[in-house]
Amino acid sequence: MSVLQKINPDVKLMKQLEYAFMAKLAIHIKEQLRKGVKKPYKTIIDVSFGDPHKAGVKPLTFARQVIAACTYPKLMNSDKLPLDAKQRAQWLLDRCPGQSVGSYTATAGIPETVHKISAFITRRDGGAPSDPKNIFITAGSQWALMNILNVLVNKQASPRTGVLTPAPGHDKAVLSIVGMGGETIPYYLTEEQGWALQVEELQRALDSAQGVCKPVALYVINPGNPAGHVQSRKSIQEVIRFVSEKRLFLLADEVYQDCVQGENTEFVSYKRVLNEMGPPFSETVELASFHSVSKSVMGECGLRCGYVELVNVDPAVMKHIFTLFSKGSCSPVLGQIALDVMINPPQPGDPSYTLYNQETQHIRDMLIQNAKRVYEVVNSLPGLSCQPVDGGAFAFPRVFLPPKAIKKAKDLGMEPDTFYSVRLLEEAGVFVRPGCGYKQKKDTYHIRFCIMTPRDMMDELLGRLTSFHRKFMMDFA
Amino acid sequence: MSQQAVNGVQCRAKVLTLDNMNPYVKRVEYAVRGPIVQRAVQLEKELKEGIKKPFTEVIKANIGDAHAMGQKPITFLRQVLALCAYPELLEDNKFPEDAKKRAQRILDACGGHSIGAYSASQGIECIRQDVSRYIEKRDGGIPSNPDNIYLSTGASDAIVTMLKLMVCGEGRDRTGVMISIPQYPLYSAALAELGAVQISYYLDEDKCWSLDVKELRRALNEARQHCNPRVLCIINPGNPTGQVQSRQCIEDVIRFAKEEHLFLMADEVYQDNVYAEGCKFHSFKKVLFEMGPEYSSTVEMASFHSTSKCYMGECGFRGGYMEVINMDPEVKAQLTKLVSVRLCPPVPGQALLDLVVNPPQPDEPSYTTFVKERTAVLAALAEKARLTEQVFNTVPGITCNPVQGAMYTFPRITLPQKAIDKAKEEGKVPDMFYCMKLLEEEGICLVPGSGFGQKEGTFHFRMTILPPTEKLKVVLQKIREFHIRFTQEFS
Repeated sequence: MSVLQKINPDVKLMKQLEYAFMAKLAIHIKEQLRKGVKKPYKTIIDVSFGDPHKAGVKPLTFARQVIAACTYPKLMNSDKLPLDAKQRAQWLLDRCPGQSVGSYTATAGIPETVHKISAFITRRDGGAPSDPKNIFITAGSQWALMNILNVLVNKQASPRTGVLTPAPGHDKAVLSIVGMGGETIPYYLTEEQGWALQVEELQRALDSAQGVCKPVALYVINPGNPAGHVQSRKSIQEVIRFVSEKRLFLLADEVYQDCVQGENTEFVSYKRVLNEMGPPFSETVELASFHSVSKSVMGECGLRCGYVELVNVDPAVMKHIFTLFSKGSCSPVLGQIALDVMINPPQPGDPSYTLYNQETQHIRDMLIQNAKRVYEVVNSLPGLSCQPVDGGAFAFPRVFLPPKAIKKAKDLGMEPDTFYSVRLLEEAGVFVRPGCGYKQKKDTYHIRFCIMTPRDMMDELLGRLTSFHRKFMMDFA
Repeated sequence: MSQQAVNGVQCRAKVLTLDNMNPYVKRVEYAVRGPIVQRAVQLEKELKEGIKKPFTEVIKANIGDAHAMGQKPITFLRQVLALCAYPELLEDNKFPEDAKKRAQRILDACGGHSIGAYSASQGIECIRQDVSRYIEKRDGGIPSNPDNIYLSTGASDAIVTMLKLMVCGEGRDRTGVMISIPQYPLYSAALAELGAVQISYYLDEDKCWSLDVKELRRALNEARQHCNPRVLCIINPGNPTGQVQSRQCIEDVIRFAKEEHLFLMADEVYQDNVYAEGCKFHSFKKVLFEMGPEYSSTVEMASFHSTSKCYMGECGFRGGYMEVINMDPEVKAQLTKLVSVRLCPPVPGQALLDLVVNPPQPDEPSYTTFVKERTAVLAALAEKARLTEQVFNTVPGITCNPVQGAMYTFPRITLPQKAIDKAKEEGKVPDMFYCMKLLEEEGICLVPGSGFGQKEGTFHFRMTILPPTEKLKVVLQKIREFHIRFTQEFS
C-alpha cells in the first residue's frame, strides 16, 4: 500500500484542469500532422495561453540585448550591441553581488530596480507616492499572489476563510485559494454591459457567504482575464468604497495594464484612484497590486518575474510577509532584468529608443487591430457574440449552442463548451480554452482565446473559426 | 501621519492583523536571510554613506552564493544562455559551434523559439529527457523515466511542493516529517507554514555528523505518540554540516524508510561538492536499486538537485529538478495538477539545467576550457574546506568537523557562562549574541547555529567556505582573533 494513500485534501479539491486533456489532444494532433496524416489544416493555432512569444510575437530587442550582455559580459566589448544596452547591462551587473546574474539578489529584488519600480508607479499614477519598502519583486505575479493569500487564508479558522473572486475569472487564483484550504466566493461580471463589475453583485456575493465562510478579501482582475473589460474610474471607486465598508483586503491583479485596446479606454490603477480619493480611504484600505513582465508588450512569460506593491498593510504583518518571500530566496535574476527594462525603457535620445518604440508600437497596433477584427468577425456570426475587448490579452466570446450540441456533449460526459472547443481543435486546428474553466453563469457557454498574436495568425484563426462555426451550427441545427 | 492619528483619535483597526492572519505563517523563520543578515545589509548601507566602522567591508559568509563571493561563472554555460536570450548572436563567429548547437536545440524546444514563452509546467520535455539520461549515466545505467522528472524553480520549489502535497490530517493524525538537526532551515520554515509536525533526528557531531539509524528510530517512536510520521527528509551531502553519508548509512536509511513506511526525500543539491578523501557521493536512487527489487519496487522517494550549487553556483537562475520514484499514479496526477498552478519554472533555469546534465563532450570545442574551469572551482572549494577545518581547530574554544562536502562549515563554539548570561539579558539566543558581536566588530556575517537547530546547550555558527582563498584566510584569522577576544571579555 502506498505511503501516499492520504494526501493533502485541499490539493485534491483543486479542480482538475480541463486544459490538461485538451493539451494532450493537441500534442496528439501535432504528432499526427508531423507524420503526414491529412487534415484540413497544416498547423495548430495554439491560442490557449496568454503567451505572445509562443504565438510568434517577437521579444523586444533592447531587453534581450541587455539580458545577453548581463549573462555573458564579454559582449560588452562587442560592437553588435548598442551603447545604451551595454550601459544598462553594466549598471545592473554593478548591482548584482559579485557582478554576476548567477548570484542571489536581495529577497525583495535588486534594490535599485525596486526603487525604479516605485518611481514607475508614481509616474504612472500621476504623482501618487510609492514606498520602495512595500514593493517585492517575485517569480511571477501568481507567486506573489500565493504568498499574500497564504497570509490571508487562515487554515485554522472556522468557518473557512473566503475570498471574493470574479466570474468569469482565470483559474490560477481560485486553485491557489482552494489549495490553501480557503473558499472562493464568485461574483458575476455583467456580460451584456461589456463584462462590467456591478457593486450590487459584490453585495449579493458577500451575502451568499453568510454562514458558509468568512470573507476576508476581494480579488479583482483589471484589465480582465478572460473578460476583456477595463474598469472605469467610477467603478474602481465603488469597489474601493465597498472593501472599505465591508472590511475586506483588496487584491488587484493588474498584469494586463499595458494591454489596453479600446478606443477612449484608459487604464487607471487601483492605487491611483485610492490615492485620489484621499483620507480616510487612502490611509486605511489595505491593497496589494500585482504586475508582471509576462503580460506587458514584453510578453516574457518564461522569465517568471513580476512585483507586488502593498499599501496600508500592518507593519507587523509585513515582517512576516517578508519572511515568507525570503524562504524562496529571490526571483530569477534574468526576469528582474526584463522587469528593469519594462518599467524604465529607452528614452527619446537613447540609441535604442527608435527601435524599442517601433517594436512596442507595432505590438500595440497589432492588439488594437486584432481586438477590432475579433469583435467584427465574431459578432457577424449567428450563434456567437463577443463583448468589446477593451483590454487584456483575450477574447471571451459567448457561444449559443443548439440544444442538440448540448445533448451530444452531455452524452459524451463533457461540458458543452469543452465539446465545442474539442471539435474546433480537431476539425479546424484551433486550440482555445472552454469557458467552463473560468466560472461562467450557469447555462452560458464561452470560449477563450489569446489575441496577442501576429495579425496574419489572427486572420487565419478567424477564418478557420468562421468556417468551423457555420458548419457546427448546421450540423447541430 | 493623518490628522486623526495626530489628534489621538482612535485609528481604524486594520483588516489584516497579527491576530487574524494565517497563524502558521507567524511561525515561519528563515535564518539564512534573517535578522542578522538584515543588520549586515544595514551596515553595508552605512559604510556606503561614509560612516566609519572597524571594518571596510561586510563579508556575507551567511549564504551559499558562490558568485557573490567571487567565483566565476562557467564560460560555456553563459555563452549558450546568451545565445538563447539573443539569438541574433548565433551569427557571431566569436561563439563556439557546440554552444550554438546547444542553444539552437533549446530554442527549438521553446514556444515560438523564445525563452520568453511558457513551457509545460513539468518542464520542457527534451530537457527532462536529458535529465533522465544524466541520472542513468550517473547511476550506472539504472533506468530513469522522463515522466518522473519535474523541473522546478530551484530545488526549494520542488521540496515545498512535495511537502504541500503530503501534509494532511488533524490532531494526532497530523503528518509528521523527519528532518535532521542541524538542517537547512527551508525545511523547518516549510513545515511551520504547512502546520506539519517536525520530527527532529540528531546527527552525531562526535562522529563527523553521521546519521545513526538508532537515532532515527528513537525520534520516530517518540513522534508516533503525537502525530502520524510519513516522511523522512535527508540532506546529503549535508547542509549546514557538510557530511557525506557512507553507503552503508544510505542503505540503513532506505531500509528504515521501508520498515516504517515513510516517504523518502533525498536533498542531493551538493552532489558534486565532495572533497574529503575516502568520501564519495552515493545517490539514494542508485543505492535503492542496488538493494534489489524488494526495495527498488516499493520504497517511495523523491530526489532533488539544483543549478545553484556544485561547480555552477548559478543561484540567480533558479534552476532545479526532482525525480519521483515509485509514486502512486493517482498521487502523481495530483502532483502534476499542483505544479501547474505556478505555471512553469523559469525557462533560463531550465536551459541552464540542460547544459549541466549535457555538458561539452571530449570531442567538442568547448570541452577543454569547460573541464579546466570546473576542475578549478571544485579544487578551490576542496582547498578552502581543508583550510577552514585546519584553522578553526587551532582556536581554543572552537572545534570543527572536517568539511567533507557542500559549501559550509558548522563549527562548535564554547561560550563562557558570562556571555550566555549577557545574551539572555539582551533577550538573544547565545550564538546570535556571539554572531551579532562578530558582525559589529569585524563586519563578518555568519548565521548562528540556532537558525539550523543544534543539541540543547551547544552553540555553533554556519560559515560558507566560498570567499576567495586569500580573503578566506583573512576571515578565518579575524574570527580566530575575535573568538579569543570574546572568550577573554566574558571570562
